[in-house]
Amino acid sequence: MNIYIKLIIAYVKIGLFGFGGGYAMLSLIEREIVGSGWITSRMFTDIVAISQMTPGPIGINSATYIGYVATGESVLGSIAATLAVVLPSYMLVLYASNYILKHRDSVVVQGVFTGLRPVVVGLIASAALLLMNKDNFPDYTWSIALSVGAFCVVYFTKIHPIWVIIASGIAGLIIY
Amino acid sequence: MDRKSLKEYLQLFLSFLKIGAFTFGGGWAMISIIEREVVTDKKWIAKEEFLDLLAVAQSLPGILAVNIAVAVGNRIKGKTGSVVAAIGTIMPSFVIILLIAMYLTPETIKNNEILSRIFKGIRPAVVALIVAPVISSAKSAKINMRTAIIPVAVALLIYSGIGVISNPILYILLGGVLGVIYYSHKQQKTVADKKEEG
Repeated sequence: MNIYIKLIIAYVKIGLFGFGGGYAMLSLIEREIVGSGWITSRMFTDIVAISQMTPGPIGINSATYIGYVATGESVLGSIAATLAVVLPSYMLVLYASNYILKHRDSVVVQGVFTGLRPVVVGLIASAALLLMNKDNFPDYTWSIALSVGAFCVVYFTKIHPIWVIIASGIAGLIIY
Repeated sequence: MDRKSLKEYLQLFLSFLKIGAFTFGGGWAMISIIEREVVTDKKWIAKEEFLDLLAVAQSLPGILAVNIAVAVGNRIKGKTGSVVAAIGTIMPSFVIILLIAMYLTPETIKNNEILSRIFKGIRPAVVALIVAPVISSAKSAKINMRTAIIPVAVALLIYSGIGVISNPILYILLGGVLGVIYYSHKQQKTVADKKEEG
């Protein structure tokens, strides 16, 4: 199958099933993109890092980057993947908004969200697990220390993740 | 198209371009900025209505910021408005990431000694950035010892890498279907209990 068609199918799926925000979407992206062999797990982590340092949602950032890389550096690939990830929710916002607004207290709508909430937690956890590998943790000393330190800063303080990434980049420069 | 509506489209585009360009991390960070822009500053829609649009955008899949842009654009200027607002939101990150993809390829990172050291430090920190929302989302979903089995099972099964069992889409579908069954069962029980009491 043509790479563009594969890419579009992958990103339409990501857009259609991407419930629960950017971090929950990561496990879908990882499955569709790393699973297809378009990029390595290490590249995937780098894209997440770059996404955190640049404006815009991670879903768009990953589509633009991977669309370019997967099609052998074609801008058209970027455009195709970016439009594909947006398309399903675009249609849903236009054509399903009134339905949802009218039925938002219904058993179906409330039930779906009751069921999705714990699943979303699992999706984010799976993305974290999948990234805990040799590529991202090349040693058992500094990389674990950096990860634990970053976690504490993000979890216990209100410091923006960008600063955590910048600081860990500087730390990497000094340590390695 | 007359000049007046052209100007309105341009304003809509520029507002969402600004929103797309200055929000890092997407999602909730963007919401308050969108609200300030379209409700407080431009007064395109009332706060109540914005909250309705937000509720819908949140419950649909996809990228929250884009969903809101589409909903607001559609509400103000119809379908063309929704396209204009969506492109405005996407454009800044698209251009920035495209430039990065062109000049900061994985090979560049690997072959550049300084960049590869920087990224070696960044990667484990990025993993931590994903672990933190696991805990905060578990808290907001009110996960307790009994319900913790759901996210734990989902995470481990996806991690297992075994065929269909490791596909996240499976759990999104299952979560939706089982959620409806659970919720309707719970509601029936509440109604029955109330009858008994009465």
